[in-house]
Order: sequence, then structure tokens, then C-alpha cells
Amino acid sequence: MVHEGTATVKRGWFGSLANPTRFSALAARTIPWLGGLSAILLAVAAYMAFFVAPPDYQQGDTVRIMFLHVPAAWLSMFAYTLIAGAALGTLVWRHPLADVAARAAAPIGASFTFLALVTGSLWGKPMWGAWWVWDARLTSVLILFLIYLGLIAMWRAIEEPARAARLVAILALVGFVNVPIIKFSVDWWNTLHQPASVFRMGGPTIDSSILIPLLVSAAGFTVLFVTLLLGAMRNEIMRRRIRSLQIRQAGATSSARAS
Amino acid sequence: MTGRALSALTVRELRLAVRIGGSALLGTLFFLIVVTVVPFAVGPDLKLLARLGPAFLWIGALLASLLSIDRLFQADTDDGSLDLLMLSSTPLELVVLVKCLVHWLTTGLPLVVAAPVLGLLLDMDGMQLLSVTGTLLIGTPALTMIGAVGAALTASLRRGGLLLAVIVLPVTIPVLVFGVSAAAAATGGTVPALTPFLVLGALTLASLALAPFAAAAALRVGLE
Repeated sequence: MVHEGTATVKRGWFGSLANPTRFSALAARTIPWLGGLSAILLAVAAYMAFFVAPPDYQQGDTVRIMFLHVPAAWLSMFAYTLIAGAALGTLVWRHPLADVAARAAAPIGASFTFLALVTGSLWGKPMWGAWWVWDARLTSVLILFLIYLGLIAMWRAIEEPARAARLVAILALVGFVNVPIIKFSVDWWNTLHQPASVFRMGGPTIDSSILIPLLVSAAGFTVLFVTLLLGAMRNEIMRRRIRSLQIRQAGATSSARAS
Repeated sequence: MTGRALSALTVRELRLAVRIGGSALLGTLFFLIVVTVVPFAVGPDLKLLARLGPAFLWIGALLASLLSIDRLFQADTDDGSLDLLMLSSTPLELVVLVKCLVHWLTTGLPLVVAAPVLGLLLDMDGMQLLSVTGTLLIGTPALTMIGAVGAALTASLRRGGLLLAVIVLPVTIPVLVFGVSAAAAATGGTVPALTPFLVLGALTLASLALAPFAAAAALRVGLE
């Protein structure tokens, strides 16, 4: 649970963010700016995706799904890495905001994973002739989605936030160790998806007319992710405050009745 | 002292498993029923059943060891004996390991013994039976260890059973992939059979090394 006041400021700017009240104030100030920035970036990315980037010589206009699909897939992995980092923060340093961040990031990460799956499926229907193929990369993203849902289900199963935080942190780390193993096993099991083409040794293999809109789009979605994350963290802090106020109120009522 | 405590714990767990109220062999019965039910869904075509045989046996073993593991720590949490185990000087990680060993002896090992008999129902030939039994022998300890982490995470929850399956099943996919492909590769195929066998062994060893720590950490949090 987040205890206000008990989180004393030790030193430095990052340490001061451990205070939920201070964090909420900072989040409230930055959210409009970040939201505006992501709106501008996404508008530019949409313009470039539709009017600047050429249609692919084989895939035609369907290639434009990529400008949504690739950022969503990248954020699905980024969000899980963030949750695993926050899990370490919960277990090792007992940072009061680490669990808030992980809990807020899980549904957003799950949404981006879902978006990556749906856009991939929409692209796969005209390209591969099927909505779904049991190809290695699709399958491992689907399993990542299931792991996200398992984390969310675990949070929802435990009433007390402090205990939920540490149990889910262990589960998140177990999942984090397993994601590469699952990726490896599923790769071994079947391979059809194209190999990595943006981040690889020797530079990207795609043309700059497509790469630049893709990067702008990825930047826009990443800023959007941070905006949503900050907003969800604020909500979570308020939700926990309301919970502790309700418990205090219930305690006061019952003790008044008893006396 | 630790050695005596652990052997006493092993005897206690074995007794609890085989006496009335224990769940030894219940997993094997479930395994038998799963393998019996599947042909009703697939049809009585023996060629098809023989081809799918390793997959059926592995799915059956996965579900049987998963369904039997949810009480691994829950019963001890409910009656308070887990508190005593944690108070003792024996490291909790070793306690977890002993409990997993007994769970495997009473659930995993019977599955391995039953697998060739059930394989006959699916018209599998000698080599297939041997390979499936071998992969189950190597792979079922990993299922127990991974399941134990889920059991420890859900031990203090009131409705942990379904949640356990939801959080554990995705993590068991690598074991399933390499178990089935090792069994299939042993009876022909393009891949040398030794590779998946070795990876399966590696998964089991890694889970034996890592899972006790994760499970013990989860138990400590659960009882806070």
C-alpha cells in the first residue's frame, strides 16, 4: 500500500518522486504536454504513412498497416520490460511507486500486444491467406499476451495491494526469465515470419522512405504510452488512497458503534 | 540436522500422499481418463491416433501434474504446518525441493509408468512408446517444478486453482514443445532426436535450480 508521509525524501530528484503526492503533482503537470506531443507526432506519422511512404511493390497499400503494427509490437515488449524492472523495484528496493507503475503498465501493455496481434492478423489475411498461422513470432506474441492476462488476473485475485504487489512481482520476474525461453522454443518449433529488419547488424534493410515514417510513428506511440502510463499511475494512487480512507472510515464507524 | 529434518519431511509427505485424503495416483487416474476421452473427440482411426499419440500423452501428463499440484502448499497453509516449516532452521528452498520430489514420486513417476500402457491404446509401436516414456521421464520433473512456483504464488488465495492453471500453462510451453518434438523425432523426422532431448534435460535442470528460490520467495510473501 502507498503510505503518504512515511515515504520520506532521502536525496535527489528521483528519490523525491517516491512520494506519491509529489509524483501525482508532477504527472498532472506533464500529462497535457506529453499528450499534445504524442498527438502531433501521431498526426505527422499518419500523414507520412498515407501520403509520403510509397506502397510496396508486392504488398501494395496493405504495407501501411506496418506503421501501426510495428510500434504496437515494440511497445508490447517495452511494457513487459518495464513491468519486470518495476518488479525488481518492488522486491529489492520496496519503492512505493514501483508496483503502481507495474500495475498501471500491465493493461496498457496488454492492449498494445492485442493491437499488434489484430493488425498482424488483418495484414496476414490478404498476404498469407489466413487470419492466423501458427508461425513462431505470432505464437510467441500470443503467449506474451496470455502472460499479461495472467498477471492482471493475479492482481485481481488478491485484495490487499501490498501482498498482491510482491506476489505479482515474483510472477512477473518468472515470466521475464521465461519469455526468451518461450521465444527460443517457439522459434525452434516453427518459422515462417520474416526475420528482424530494423534493428540488426549492418543497419536497417528497409528504405528511408518507409523507415522515417515508421520511426516517427514509433516515437508517437511511445510518447502516447508514457502519457497513458502516467495517467493510469495517478488513477492507481488515487484508488489506493480512497481504499485506505474507506478502511479508516469503516474502522471509525465500527469503533464508534462499539463504544 | 538439516538432513534428518528433510528425511523426516520426505516420510511425512509420502505418508500424507498415500493415505486417505492424499492425492497419489489420482493424477494417474485423471491421465488415464484424458487419454480415453480424446479418441472420442478425434475418432477411432488408429493411424491418426498413433500419429497424435505423443501429443495426447504429453497434454495428459501436463494437465494431470498441473491439476494435482494446487494443493502442494495450500493444505500446509490451511492447517498451519507451513508456518512451522518456515520457523524451523531448515532452508525453505530445500523444503520446497523435498515437497516437489515427493509430488513427482507420487504423481509424475506413475504417469511415466502408465504412459507405455496407455500408448498401446493409441496403437503406438515400440520405438514410439520408448521415446514418449523417455521424454516424460526427463520432462515431468520440470512440470512439477514450474507448477510448484504457481502453487506457491496461489497458496494463500482462496480460489487459486484456476488462476494457477492460467499463470502456469504459458510457462510450460517450452517443456511441451521439446517433449513432444523429442518423442516425434525419435521415430523419424528431419531433426536429430538428441537435440530436443538435451534441451528438455536442460529445461528440467534449470527449473530444478531456479524454481525452489521463486517458490520459497512466494511462500514468504504469502505468509507475511
